[in-house]
Formats: sequence, structure tokens, C-alpha cells
Amino acid sequence: MEICRRKNQIEISELDPFLAELLRQIPASAKTEGAPAAEQRIFSPPINGKETELCAEWKMYVEPELRRLFQTATQTVGADLEQLNGNEKSLASRTLRIPTKHADAWLSALNQARLVIAAKNNFTELELSDHLRSPIGSRRDLSLFQVNFYGFLQEFILRELGC
Amino acid sequence: MSAEPLAVEVAVPVTPRIFPKSAGPSTIGAPTIEKETRAEEELDLPWHVVVHNDPVNLMSYVTMVFQRVFGYPRDKAERHMLEVHQKGRSILWSGMRERAELYVQQLHGYLLLATIEKVS
Repeated sequence: MEICRRKNQIEISELDPFLAELLRQIPASAKTEGAPAAEQRIFSPPINGKETELCAEWKMYVEPELRRLFQTATQTVGADLEQLNGNEKSLASRTLRIPTKHADAWLSALNQARLVIAAKNNFTELELSDHLRSPIGSRRDLSLFQVNFYGFLQEFILRELGC
Repeated sequence: MSAEPLAVEVAVPVTPRIFPKSAGPSTIGAPTIEKETRAEEELDLPWHVVVHNDPVNLMSYVTMVFQRVFGYPRDKAERHMLEVHQKGRSILWSGMRERAELYVQQLHGYLLLATIEKVS
């Protein structure tokens, strides 16, 4: 896989079927449905303690806005990922082009996916910082690889944004 | 590294200040009392915007968010990010509750763990 900036696009080329599939899983991985730990992490309370009035108002007014914000980002990413659909046999040479104006949506969707996967698997800080872990021998290892791969993409996008 | 907030907007308790009418050496005039007035809500204790550590969010991402949300220069944003990373939390801003809630909403929009806390 190669990743570079070309004018107003971030280009990810030489995508093998495995990494292309991981990319296609971003929108689905960002979903919190059926995972209370992920739901709790993504929609965390605005205050610690027993300010029930604020928490209730937050749930009623702020949370729906956040849901819309996150959904818009994953929809944008989903639309970009349609480039990877089609003939499975040609996936090896697929190239994904992300318009730089979609960079914020990608940062958000990648972050949502990483947080949801980490919450679902209850990864420890030690596991998350173990970037040399190999090989992938279980579903848990695969999820950890997914978190790190999405993190790598985030880092690249941030660098291209000049952050 | 200091745990103190780097940008603080606090309501100052109002105390009457007394200024002499004349600063001349031989006469002392009657004092004029200048009274500062503030809106009632300004006298309320301020609230902190606190960001908590999260092992998933990237350091570079958190720095970018602090720059965007609070308009902090990069070095200040990095100091706060490191404080979150090393101490588990950092006070990013202090001031009126309404604005603090707005900041927390923005930080949640970037998926950071953030809360408001009343200054005790």
C-alpha cells in the first residue's frame, strides 16, 4: 500500500484485498448499536457526578446533534469508499482517492471506528500501545490491527492537514 | 508541568476601591468611593472545562482539536495534550457555565472525553 498527497486528494494506492476490506469496514465499525460500552464512550456524559438535569438535557438536545454529526461523517466516508466496490478480482490494484475537503469526515469516522472497536474489545492501554504485536492469530488481534491501521491513516491525514 | 489552567476567565469578587481626590502632599481630600458593578451571573463561581485521558485518541489529533476548539497556539495545545496524557486530565478553560458547556459539546463532537466541573 502506498499513500501520498496529490493536489487536492489523498491517494491510497496498491491496496491489497485485505486492507481494502478493512477500509470498507470503517462505516460499519463506527456503529455503536448493540454495544453499550461503545455507546457510553461515544456519548459520554458532560459532567461527572449527579447532575441529572444537565445529563437529561444533554441526552435530549446535544446527543441527537452529535449523532447527526457522526452519521454525516461516516456517510461521506462511505461514499468515498464506493470506489473500492466492484470487481473483487481487481481489488489488488485498487486506488482510493480521498478529496482533502473530506479530511475532517475521515478523521471523525476513523476515530469513531477506533473508539468503538476499542470499547467493544475492552483493549488495555498496554495493548493499544503495542504496535509491534504480530502475527494476527485471533479475532482480537485483528481488531487491534484494525485500530492501529485506522490510526496510521489518521496520522497521515493530520500530517497532510499540517497538524 | 503546571496543573493550573492556562487560560482563565474568572469572576472577581467586587470590593470598593478608595482613591484620594488629590494626591498633593499637603491636603488630603475626602475619599471618593468607586464601586465596581458586575452582572449577577458573573459573580458566580466559574466552571472548568476538563479533558480526560483516553488511550485511543492520537496525541496529534488531540493537539489539533485543542487548537481548533480553543484557538490555542500549537505549543500551548501540546502542553495541554501532554498534561492529559501524563496526568490523566487537563483544565483547558475556565469561565461561565454556558460557554463551558458549549466547549464540552464541541469536544464531544471531536470524540474527546470532556466534562465541565464547578470550581470548588
